[in-house]
Amino acid sequence: MMNDKREIGEDDLNDILLILKQKYGYDFSNYARASLSRRLDRFMDTAKLNSIYDLKYNLTNSKEFFAFFLQTVTVNVTEMFRDPVFYKTLRERVLPKLASYPIIKIWHAGCATGEEVYSMCILLHEAGLLERSKIYATDINPVNIEKARTGIISLKNMKEFTHNYIQSGGVNDFSQYYTARYENAIIKKELRKNIVFSQHNLVTDQVFNEFQLICCRNVLIYFNKVLQNNVFHLFYDSLAPMGYMALGMKESLLFTDLRFKFETVSNATKIFRRKA
Amino acid sequence: MPKSIQDIIVIGGSAGSLPAILNIVDKLPDNFVTPVVIVLHRLRNVVSDMSRILSASQPNFKIHEPEDKERIKQKHIYIAPQNYHLLIEDDKTISLDYSEAVNYSRPSIDVTFESVAHVFADKTTAILLSGANADGAEGAAVIAKAGGTVIIQDPETSDYPAMPMAALEMVRGALVKTPDEIVDFIRQKC
Ligand SMILES: C[S@@+](CC[C@H](N)C(=O)[O-])C[C@H]1O[C@@H](n2cnc3c(N)ncnc32)[C@H](O)[C@@H]1O
Repeated sequence: MMNDKREIGEDDLNDILLILKQKYGYDFSNYARASLSRRLDRFMDTAKLNSIYDLKYNLTNSKEFFAFFLQTVTVNVTEMFRDPVFYKTLRERVLPKLASYPIIKIWHAGCATGEEVYSMCILLHEAGLLERSKIYATDINPVNIEKARTGIISLKNMKEFTHNYIQSGGVNDFSQYYTARYENAIIKKELRKNIVFSQHNLVTDQVFNEFQLICCRNVLIYFNKVLQNNVFHLFYDSLAPMGYMALGMKESLLFTDLRFKFETVSNATKIFRRKA
Repeated sequence: MPKSIQDIIVIGGSAGSLPAILNIVDKLPDNFVTPVVIVLHRLRNVVSDMSRILSASQPNFKIHEPEDKERIKQKHIYIAPQNYHLLIEDDKTISLDYSEAVNYSRPSIDVTFESVAHVFADKTTAILLSGANADGAEGAAVIAKAGGTVIIQDPETSDYPAMPMAALEMVRGALVKTPDEIVDFIRQKC
């Protein structure tokens, strides 16, 4: 319970960050501290560790433990058609513009377990653009990527996702997009065939292609302003001129020196466009 | 340089708390400057009118749902956006967090209260209002432990007393007040 909260102190936190960086090459030092501390507290609970010492010891000495740490420490919560109004805006204002490209390349950075990517594929399919789209979906967490590749979603969430879909302006029978099997729904394979899933760390990895649209939603909130700015540079460099960039509903361009190099397509749904 | 923020008021409310929140916000005196953070349980994925409703009642303050990494300012009232937890960083900026619900709630009052306690400690005034669950109780206890002031709405005056009662059980030294007394208390603070 939260009562026996440990509240990892500054020094311990820095020790842990150093181990992660030096031993495994993962740099979390520019993650926003408030949520990172909460994640570490939570991880200690999940891993049933009694002391910070145990955490440091295990991280230092066990690769398997680190793998477990990595898959647990990131916030992996996601939904299909989350913020329906965002998808509605994509449908109405972005996809018609993308339609003029012979090949549409889209990057979902921080795709978690894939729900956002499947939603995009459904939009593209309904706009008749899926066949000429190539969707790159990346995440730092390899377990998320593995799960995303399976196309499997818990059936119990489908009612809510269907509701979101309808609110986003979807008019088809949502159940045509998946096959129900026991407790699970599997997103139809035809919808997923143009997705490439791979691991990519926004902190350290580089530009790998040029995109007409980058979606990075609810990932930057976990970063401090310095890291946010670095990532905006990475996105800017990865966007085709006039390419689109979509953020989470409460994320903003305010803290990047590149803010004048983007124009706002929709402030309410945080869709921007790289100036030529 | 903007004035550095010293103290803060955090208000947590759930079912039945809206009248009290409106009353408090409505009666903030003009010379009141302390930033206020409001965490209110709401329905998921429903576009909310909270900031509009509150703004209508109180034109002297900037009332809004903050964006990520916004700096906390005087004369501002922040409403935790639905579907996000609201955290405070050491540099007194706001971080939003889309992690698992706590007490079936996102935003969770516990999460914000604990985070505020960490940064503002004894400079915190927490107000916990009517509600049908136990969110906020643990967070209020953390604030009390950090030396902050905890005010709990008198369960007798709460439409849903479960939340105030849960907090009363957990927080030593909490003040119990009716909505009007809460308003008086805040007015005396400035
Ligand atoms: C809350 S999820 C967002 C999922 C989805 N975009 C949405 O909005 O529903 C955050 C995701 O960001 C990923 N992430 C965190 N740090 C990252 C990094 N440095 N590079 C790439 N992905 C990262 C996490 O693993 C997690 O899957």
